[in-house]
Amino acid sequence: MKHDMLLVAVAALVTALTRFLPFLVFGEKRKTPEFILRLGKILPCAFMGMLVVYCLKDIQVIGYPYGIPELLGCGAVTLLHIWKRNSLLSIGGGTVVYMLLIQLVF
Amino acid sequence: MKKKAFYQTFLDTLPVLTGYVFLGIGFGLLMFRAGYNAWWSVAMGVFVYAGSAQYMAVDLLSGGVSAVSMGISIFLVNARHIFYGLSMIGAYKGTGKKKPYLIFSLTDETYSLVTQNEPPEGMKKSTYCLAVSALDHLYWVIGCALGGLAGAVLPVDLKGVEFVLTALFVTIFVEQWLSQKNHGPALIGVGVTLVSLLCVGSRYFLIPALVIITLTLALWEKTGRRDRHEA
Repeated sequence: MKHDMLLVAVAALVTALTRFLPFLVFGEKRKTPEFILRLGKILPCAFMGMLVVYCLKDIQVIGYPYGIPELLGCGAVTLLHIWKRNSLLSIGGGTVVYMLLIQLVF
Repeated sequence: MKKKAFYQTFLDTLPVLTGYVFLGIGFGLLMFRAGYNAWWSVAMGVFVYAGSAQYMAVDLLSGGVSAVSMGISIFLVNARHIFYGLSMIGAYKGTGKKKPYLIFSLTDETYSLVTQNEPPEGMKKSTYCLAVSALDHLYWVIGCALGGLAGAVLPVDLKGVEFVLTALFVTIFVEQWLSQKNHGPALIGVGVTLVSLLCVGSRYFLIPALVIITLTLALWEKTGRRDRHEA
């Protein structure tokens, strides 16, 4: 029980550390280097691409169902978004397509 | 007016509401099965507030690992936050009293919303970020509590609902693609992560990917700047 509490505290502290670290290095008072600011503008695009791959890391590419539900789900999201550019519709629609596929088809 | 702005903010967070409640339930359920009641799940939801790290911590907790190995494992899973933070230093500068909480609650999903969305009319950007951060945090804690309390008796078949977070990232990715002329960073993000996944495998690929993406884009910025100077 005590050890469990210690472990939870460690998990909380280390997680906070990973979040606060860059802000501690580049503090409020010091002027942030221009370079870091510009990097901050282009990194989110790259990280979004990374997060998409991250979400799909565990799909079954080799065996059945060959990642088809995920592919179709992401395809639905992409098409919906290009068509209407309404985020909620793209996210909701894509999720429904995926859920129907894995519950009824695959 | 203010009400409308808050409603818009709430709508922006709806996908996260769906994803976090269900993923939180999943976490609470795992904790419950490992012998930890809802209080444990809620405490972790409030104080740790990191999805994949919390899922991993269930195994570590019930396995009774040492504090040091817990610390190292959590650090490795959450190291990506360092890179998110790096890109938010400018955006979160001058946010005053809100800043510590904004930093504490910067999850993948909150990061995507605050980097992508503009605040509704009449709302300050820092207020918008705070509202999004706090709402997302609340959804996660509600999910953790529900899972710990009633996860075992949840009736409906919601298999696949976790896809909502994938859909969120895909949507933001497509939106950025459509609204920007320069697709270099997006392509580098996808390409480097894929190569890293193929080379290192799904357990450890994220950190090499983050490092290489950041270095590549840093180099990109540096050389881009020199080109502009020469031109």
